[in-house]
Amino acid sequence: MSGDSSPGPPAAADEVLASLSEAVPSAEAGHSVGDHVIRVPAEDLARLAGAARDHGFEMCSDITVVDYLGKRRVRFEVVVNLLSVQHNRRLRILVPVPEGDPEVPSLVPVYPGANFLEREAYDMFGIRFAGHPDLTRILMPDDWMGHPLRRDFEVGAVPVQFKASPRVT
Amino acid sequence: MAQLTAPPQLLTTTLGKAIRWSQQQSMWPATFGLACCAIEMMATGTAHNDLARFGMEVFRASPRQADLMVVAGRVSQKMAPVLRQVYDQMADPKWVISMGACASTGGMFNNYALVQGVDQIVPVDVYVPGCPPGPQSLMHGILTLQDKVVSGELAR
Amino acid sequence: MMAEPTATTDIWVSGTEAPDVSEWMVAGTDEGAQEMERDETVERSVEQRGSRVVDDWVVDDSVDDDERMIVNMGPQHPSTHGVLRLNIELEGEIVRRVKPIIGYLHTGMEKTAETLTFLQGGTNVTRMDYLAPLHNELCYSLATEKLLGVEIPPRAQAIRILMTELNRVSSHLVATATNGMDIGALSMMMYGFRERELILAFFEKTTGLRMNHNYIRPGGVAADLPDGWEEDVAEILERIPLAMRDYEDLLKENPIWLGRTRGVGIITADECLAYGVTGPTLRAAGVPWDLRKSQPYSGIEAYEFDVVTGSRGDVYDRYRVRIGEMHQSLRIIEQVVDTMPRGDYKTTDRKVSPPPRQRIDESMEALIHHFKIYTEGFKVPAGETYVAIEAPRGELGCYLVSDGSGAPLRMHTRAPSFSNLQALPIMMADSLVADTVACIASLDPVMGDVDR
Repeated sequence: MSGDSSPGPPAAADEVLASLSEAVPSAEAGHSVGDHVIRVPAEDLARLAGAARDHGFEMCSDITVVDYLGKRRVRFEVVVNLLSVQHNRRLRILVPVPEGDPEVPSLVPVYPGANFLEREAYDMFGIRFAGHPDLTRILMPDDWMGHPLRRDFEVGAVPVQFKASPRVT
Repeated sequence: MAQLTAPPQLLTTTLGKAIRWSQQQSMWPATFGLACCAIEMMATGTAHNDLARFGMEVFRASPRQADLMVVAGRVSQKMAPVLRQVYDQMADPKWVISMGACASTGGMFNNYALVQGVDQIVPVDVYVPGCPPGPQSLMHGILTLQDKVVSGELAR
Repeated sequence: MMAEPTATTDIWVSGTEAPDVSEWMVAGTDEGAQEMERDETVERSVEQRGSRVVDDWVVDDSVDDDERMIVNMGPQHPSTHGVLRLNIELEGEIVRRVKPIIGYLHTGMEKTAETLTFLQGGTNVTRMDYLAPLHNELCYSLATEKLLGVEIPPRAQAIRILMTELNRVSSHLVATATNGMDIGALSMMMYGFRERELILAFFEKTTGLRMNHNYIRPGGVAADLPDGWEEDVAEILERIPLAMRDYEDLLKENPIWLGRTRGVGIITADECLAYGVTGPTLRAAGVPWDLRKSQPYSGIEAYEFDVVTGSRGDVYDRYRVRIGEMHQSLRIIEQVVDTMPRGDYKTTDRKVSPPPRQRIDESMEALIHHFKIYTEGFKVPAGETYVAIEAPRGELGCYLVSDGSGAPLRMHTRAPSFSNLQALPIMMADSLVADTVACIASLDPVMGDVDR
């Protein structure tokens, strides 16, 4: 019942990046503290993710959003972390999303595992994922107002938004 | 059954005291584990700490059969109505122990998601401090509650 | 490794060609309909089957409408491991569809993280996955250290490995214990928690708390190991393998246990990868993917251990993988004890670590430095990074963004249980309703990790 995966260092690292940039010309490959990152405009995200999956990135391990309110011109950045089990490497896709029209294409058709992750991003930041099959709140109650992880959402406690249930006798 | 030949064995008490004594000795908790404290509550119930010594090892899954709700963990805004409903479904007399800092005051999470203390939703009889309270703390909280019940402080 | 799944399982058939989803009829329901309503679209069905996952359920017209119902399970239920809520659509005894509803333990930790300094952040993350608090701390510390670019002394690294591997054993003990309890082996519950107390006593001695330690911090660990730690660990190493022999006697060939777990809750390797499932669930499906081997952290590559894998991807294999991983973790701990280096338990980089207590009495500058580190916190260079480690439930990641100040601009945790939970509908489709708790328990979701 035991096996040993002994992956070598990602030798073909930059070949993959180059090939991805070739497939999606608007993508811009770079580095961030030693990690491979690709910055891509929102309209090409689904195409890049599809190309990445064809290059062996079979798992979408994480999707999240960063709110750069007052720090950057484009307020939000959607961060997609891809993992390739067969090549043992990671790839991070950064997608700048403007505040006025926070919409990116959904990755659910490419990576079904993106479902919950995108719902969380929608719930917490109000980013819409076009084409997501069930873009509803996942962590907060359905009738909650606002997107709590935005930087302009107040930090302190919110009074209980709760009506008493009918008395059970 | 005392036999007729034996000397009469009598114990006189008031009805209230007898009721309180019996309430104290068989308090069945509802399983209301929420977060970290729930693990410590489970640890209290298992062999090492053995909650059965106090007549309350029977964790009831149904609130209808429970007398005591140990709110073990942080109560989120989404969970609050559920918690209240479970409390409402419990039969009288009923008691509530607020276990841990989060259930008592919101703990370190002073933010949008948490109810800042479960006493905003249900009446609490005993607060157990700690993050999470160890099994000994929880048992101390339970014994405190039993003392309060038998002394009539919390007569229901 | 990525072989096509074979269509031999009796519960779930994958890798066949995609069915015409427009044929799928969704049964009319009454109770709980408001929650399930959103599912009743063709798109939702496509999403539920995933791009490489095939739902082979075709509605059987011979089933009476009275047999179809939606059962709500949770959020307050003894077998959902916390406050998980499931909407289960049943056709008689057969589970047809499952929808997990989560968020009942949402604590807003990612918001709280933005108000705490990098040094305080450990108190926050340790409360996420409360069965593996040290892994949360390690992941967060590694991310902070990656942005800081500090070197961690070898003793601190070895202590980190020692503590996290002990934590993996205690976490798997609870997983196995609750798995046993849910299926009816109540003795397993007593056994698992009994041995866990042994490890928790050592944690309490070392860190001061049984859970939520805040022991592993950016720059090293909070304190050196206590005197006599070798004896404590030696006792753990002696007693837990003996106790695990008890578990094996109790469960390994127990016909009831086998009947309840063999062939139940099957998930294939492809399905796991498509849904982002990691950890013992992925390894039980036959993929030898362990971040400790493939992307080693904190010097774990120096120790010898095997990646335990299963082959069938059912509940029994996941149980076997957890038992095997406990043995491997004990093996690592044994090597750590033998090779524990001497030296500092935290970095001497004055940027991160406060001056020693002795210096504070002598030097005003040291006192000011100490005060500043604990009030303002140390400044972390601007940047963003993602660090992942192998937690007991799978890949635990920390995405950390700093803007150059003393507190993170954004701290996001990639929670293994959160992604693993997406596999629950796949595992449970077309199984018996009695297998529901077996499937949940074998996934071992920790709701604090799911909801954060």
